[in-house]
Amino acid sequence: MKFKAISLFLVTLFSTYALPAFADKPEPWGINFQKAASPLAERIHNFHDMMLWIIISIALFVLVLLIWVIIRYNHKANPEPRQFTHNVLIEVIWTLAPIVILIFIAIPSFQLLYYNDRTETPEMTLKIVGYQWYWQYKYPDHGDITFDSYMIAEKDITEGQTRLLSTDAQVVLPVDTDIQLLISAADVLHSWTVPAFGVKMDAIPGRWNEAWVRINEPGVYYGQCSELCGKDHAYMPIEIKAVSKEDYKTWALANGATQENFEKPALEAPQEEASAEAVEAPAEETPAQEAETQGTDAESVPTEQTEQTQTTL
Amino acid sequence: MADHKPGFFARWFMSTNHKDIGTLYIIFSIFAGLVGGLFSMLMRMELQEPGVQFITDGAGGPNGQLWNVFITAHGLIMVFFVVMPGLIGGFGNWFVPLMIGAPDMAFPRLNNISFWLLVPAFLLLLLSALIGAEIFDISFWTDTLQARAADGQGFLIKDFFGVGAGTGWTVYPPLSDSKITHTGVSVDMAIFALHLAGASSILGAANFITTIFNMRAPGMTLHKMPLFVWGMLVTAFLLVLAVPVLGGAITMLLTDRNFGTAFFNPELGGDPVLYQHLFWFFGHPEVYIMILPAFGIISHIVSTFSKKPIFGYLGMAYAMVSIGFVGFVVWAHHMYTVGLDVNTRAYFTAATLIIAVPTGVKIFSWIATMWGGSIEFKTPMLWAIGFIFLFTIGGVTGVVLANAGMDVALHDTYYVVAHFHYVLSLGAVFALFAGFYYWIGKMSGRQYPEWMGCVHFWMTFIGVNAIFFPQHFLGLQGMPRRYIDYPDAFAGWNQVSSYGAYLTGIATIFFIFVVFYTLLKGKKVGDNYWNAQPQSMTLEWTVSSPPPFHQFEIQPKVK
Repeated sequence: MKFKAISLFLVTLFSTYALPAFADKPEPWGINFQKAASPLAERIHNFHDMMLWIIISIALFVLVLLIWVIIRYNHKANPEPRQFTHNVLIEVIWTLAPIVILIFIAIPSFQLLYYNDRTETPEMTLKIVGYQWYWQYKYPDHGDITFDSYMIAEKDITEGQTRLLSTDAQVVLPVDTDIQLLISAADVLHSWTVPAFGVKMDAIPGRWNEAWVRINEPGVYYGQCSELCGKDHAYMPIEIKAVSKEDYKTWALANGATQENFEKPALEAPQEEASAEAVEAPAEETPAQEAETQGTDAESVPTEQTEQTQTTL
Repeated sequence: MADHKPGFFARWFMSTNHKDIGTLYIIFSIFAGLVGGLFSMLMRMELQEPGVQFITDGAGGPNGQLWNVFITAHGLIMVFFVVMPGLIGGFGNWFVPLMIGAPDMAFPRLNNISFWLLVPAFLLLLLSALIGAEIFDISFWTDTLQARAADGQGFLIKDFFGVGAGTGWTVYPPLSDSKITHTGVSVDMAIFALHLAGASSILGAANFITTIFNMRAPGMTLHKMPLFVWGMLVTAFLLVLAVPVLGGAITMLLTDRNFGTAFFNPELGGDPVLYQHLFWFFGHPEVYIMILPAFGIISHIVSTFSKKPIFGYLGMAYAMVSIGFVGFVVWAHHMYTVGLDVNTRAYFTAATLIIAVPTGVKIFSWIATMWGGSIEFKTPMLWAIGFIFLFTIGGVTGVVLANAGMDVALHDTYYVVAHFHYVLSLGAVFALFAGFYYWIGKMSGRQYPEWMGCVHFWMTFIGVNAIFFPQHFLGLQGMPRRYIDYPDAFAGWNQVSSYGAYLTGIATIFFIFVVFYTLLKGKKVGDNYWNAQPQSMTLEWTVSSPPPFHQFEIQPKVK
């Protein structure tokens, strides 16, 4: 019971204030993660909650021991120092106990790592390319919709926008969809990050890095470039607008996708018969194959500047 | 003849005496610390409020490049020109020969050049930030200033700096390559600065290894060696093995920049990630290079002021050896987001977690050394206890970051900044201060006033915690590091952090005052002024304070 009471107190202390939907961004005086908006982030948060218990316990344990020796073994309380230098039992214990704790940490840690690594069955792909100092987005499955997304300068900020986080072109994505993210850069290193999604992946010239996300609910989510990329490193945010699948389809159709793009999933789940077909018919390039073929090809990093073709929802 | 000294110039500029060279290193480290600290003050001033107030381009806009130059200079200075010279060059030079009963280092002239390589290295690094500054332009003084005066403006921070190296201390290409940005000479100068500092470290390390292996007093077996000497020995091996890798990486970068090679240029088949592997193969051992001598110092202080021998001496020594060893096989935990294979990340997670075990042994052994003791809370002991607790906090956040899956949320955020400042700024630097107060009487023959040391400790302790603890919150909320400006929601904790920095700055100015007061007015002290107990006493307490110019004319023997 007592454990529960303390736990409630700590959860209150270390959890973000309850937030309305559509507002996943940093909060004033916030002391914990932004609200999780994907299964990846949820798992990261659960793991962190466990870790927080462990590390607070260890830090408090060390603090209590230190306070105890300070009170009990200061020269006034204990004028005659003892002279022992060894105690094999205690030394074995404080070597083995951390090992047990570390194994206890490592198992869920590996589960988290392998789950978050990639999705085997992406339903669509978003290609992201970092430039100095903006992001370019491409929807290869939906008519190659392509646009650049710049930060809105402070002087142009309007009501409802957030300084340093709002962009001139939101990345529209459907909820409840396994989205494969392919990330690269055209000039220097960048890193594409959305804290609420639990996604951070470096954008590196000459490679396509893969990540994935599945967004839980509609809303606007923000992130910022997370690898030093020059003078405007702080000025290339990421703004995602997650909408229902139907709304996404409407948006995509209005921006260059065709009805055909939505008629079959981008990638069939690997089946025995289907896989044989896929080998014979390479014309239909799947996102996963595309990632492989472009893996080491620096030329394939898009450099063309595309027109803004996006209409806002 | 017993204590003959050369003249001033020969003594300080051509020195071959380990104590004088150690003193030079310590002076250098304090001076560089003030410069590096000045950069952090400028950074915290800028970050105190959202928006850009100080580091501007002159037209009201932000000067992101200058900001990047500041973070780069702060990092490089603190690592290469403050912590390493202070702990290794300073205390290492002073006390390794004294503790092992040697008359001097094995190669006194090599020792001299190790120090004097550091001075041009530091100058090169500073010049890389200054070169091309407007203040070096005559028209700035004749025209620009007048024009500004007409508008009621004076100097701007940017006037004092050129383009500089805005690459971060990691100097990652392609940003540091000359093809896109950083086309000038600044990055080349920074690379040369690292070459010189690296050469200085390698030569110094060779000197320490030779000294420790060959010049111990009769009877002092490796298993009787003081723990500070153990720490220095492991550190020296790490330096010899790690720093050449950095040298190779930055040389490849230099030829990429200037001679048409493409080691790290993807357009010609190179790989930017290769640089990161090379850098962190050096960079991770580097953090242990900075902390192992600190571990040694803390062990001696805890033992002396608890009036007890060190608990679990062999465990302590081999914990340092194993930390040094494992430190070489965990480098890619700095690279969890570069797109490494998932199995690779799993390996690095496991290897990194293992480091917690020997680190735990050290923490618990220090506490066990105090257990049953008769502790006196003199200033060095305050710093040592502060070190143990704050290093524990930095250590446990390190265990969080070790998990590749978890790190995705925290990588390159202020959580990481908080973590490594807890182990370095509140770890290694606390050990620097602890060592300073512990040994200043031995080094100068004069003692600091106790109350001054306590005031300095408490101001610093409160200040640094105010700076860095809130940064955990900022990081969890997602604030990326190396940002000149941040969304308004981060303002609160940033303000607290900046106030903490000002308090720490005041404490540091006070420390400078303490140094001068001690050297000029401090009370004279005897050989063993801390009253170190015979069973745990190291050899430096058997010589006078300050020690004679040439100590141990009669070789000591260890039972």
